[in-house]
Amino acid sequence: MSIHVPMRPALFLRHAALLMTSAIILLPFIWMVSLSIKPPGEMFGDHFSFLPTQFYGVENYTQALTRVPLLRYMLNGVIVCTAILTLQILVCAPMAYVLAKMRFPGRELIFALVLIALLLPHEVLALPLFIFASKVGILNSYAALVLPYIVSPFGIFLFRQFFKAIPDDVVHAARLDGLSEFAIIWKIMVPMTMPAVVAFSIFSVVGHWNSLFWPLIAVNDDSLLPPPVGIIAFKNQDVGVDYGPLMAAATIVVLPLIVAFLSSQRLFIESITRGAIK
Amino acid sequence: MSIASTAIKPAGSSADRPGTRKALRNHKLAETLAAWSLAAPALVLLVALFFLPVLAVFAVALTNWHFGARTLSFVGVDNFEQVFADDGFRASLINTLVYVATVVPGTIMFGLGIALLIESGKSLRAFYRAIHFVPYMATLAAMAIAWEALLHPTIGLVNQSLASLGLPTSNWLRDENTVLPVLAVIGIWQNLGFAMVLFLAGLKAIPQDLYDAADIDGADLWLDRLRTVTLPMLGPVSMFVFIVVALRAFETFDTVEVLTQGGPGHASEMLLFTLYRESFVYLRTGYGASVAVVFLIIVVALTLLQARVMDKRVHYQ
Repeated sequence: MSIHVPMRPALFLRHAALLMTSAIILLPFIWMVSLSIKPPGEMFGDHFSFLPTQFYGVENYTQALTRVPLLRYMLNGVIVCTAILTLQILVCAPMAYVLAKMRFPGRELIFALVLIALLLPHEVLALPLFIFASKVGILNSYAALVLPYIVSPFGIFLFRQFFKAIPDDVVHAARLDGLSEFAIIWKIMVPMTMPAVVAFSIFSVVGHWNSLFWPLIAVNDDSLLPPPVGIIAFKNQDVGVDYGPLMAAATIVVLPLIVAFLSSQRLFIESITRGAIK
Repeated sequence: MSIASTAIKPAGSSADRPGTRKALRNHKLAETLAAWSLAAPALVLLVALFFLPVLAVFAVALTNWHFGARTLSFVGVDNFEQVFADDGFRASLINTLVYVATVVPGTIMFGLGIALLIESGKSLRAFYRAIHFVPYMATLAAMAIAWEALLHPTIGLVNQSLASLGLPTSNWLRDENTVLPVLAVIGIWQNLGFAMVLFLAGLKAIPQDLYDAADIDGADLWLDRLRTVTLPMLGPVSMFVFIVVALRAFETFDTVEVLTQGGPGHASEMLLFTLYRESFVYLRTGYGASVAVVFLIIVVALTLLQARVMDKRVHYQ
């Protein structure tokens, strides 16, 4: 968009304003990292500075990794997010294909169910799912962490939108070639709509890596905690003011997604907008 | 329809022959069966993980069940009467509404403002966009701990800065006057990047012609163009941002759980935290379920209302 060439003072003001908001946005991150490399004594001084006079990062990060099984929490996050995403794609793509490309009695009803499910906030479902998981005896297991998310109404909806954009002729040609419906989904539709798969994957992984509500309910065994619950367990265990290791742990938990985002931010932002607006 | 007709072609050219009709019927049946069987896994899971649970919530809300208890009895709408008679719940509901009413306009204003600033020049666009979006990606539970350190009464940067300027300091998260506004600031901080990105996408979609036309009509000041072209064209995106941010604000849980536990008193209690505490900490299942029902009704009503408004507004294009 090229709205007129701005005058110099306006240009300066733009940068001044945006640099200021950027600084405010980044402040919690900077303070977190700053505390994570300071020795305990330096946090309480009268004057403050972002950089420590004595670098204490090694000690704080070592403590963060050894006082609680932080790497285990991270691994749990990876296991749970991978399982959820894989199952979601496996379950949602066929449903989306059926809704986008097949004509049969009952389709409108099924689509209506998907739209209604899209309306239901997950937290409301937590109570019966908790009771169910407890009755079946899967509380405190990976299964409990994954179970509520196996099917994603948003995933079905998003894939359907993208599948609809593929011309019907492609599907007809595949059928004439003797491909089964199942093969059409996995060999044609999904590969042709990789942007949808990427968008959905980003939404899913970001959402589940960061989610606290359900994991807090579903597991309490230390070896099963995903990163957000793990960091809270660390905080609660540490009633004192041992901020260094706590900030180091927080930094480690936040880092993977931030690094992934910064290293491919165009992809992330385009996927988020596409997923949100489509 | 085209699917069936194409697939039928090899069977014969004349559709009047009885055999062909039968084949057509068989084919339709086959297609229906194939469709339902492909949809079955997702359908069964939708019913099991969404529809049965939501019905169960309504059913449990009518009982006095405590999780783990062997007996329960039907108490009708007793729980709902209790819920609304409870000062704690009323505080929670009001806090949530105040919080949403702060976070939504705050997020939209800052998100839009920053998007306009970024688009008003060419340099460092990607850089600014990325920086402002980072909080949306960051694990909120961990960032809440960073905010706690920032707002710490003695070692926090906020109070240290205020003190060095000779300004009064505060125990932000333990003072009932500041705790909810502080949580709202964190809410805005977390969501404004998302709003910004959607507004940026909306700005990119505005055709240059409209600006040229506005120029000819004499709207050559930046503010005039903003008022006559940019803001009206952002209408649909704004509605979408409004819904998503309002829903996210209603569902605020992480900051309350990590930073305040609803305190001091009930000053920062919000619906989802109340729901969590009643259902999963106190295990007052029946009561918790009725809180869930109230929460569900608010969220669904909001979504439907906004969807209707959006439906009406979107058509002007």
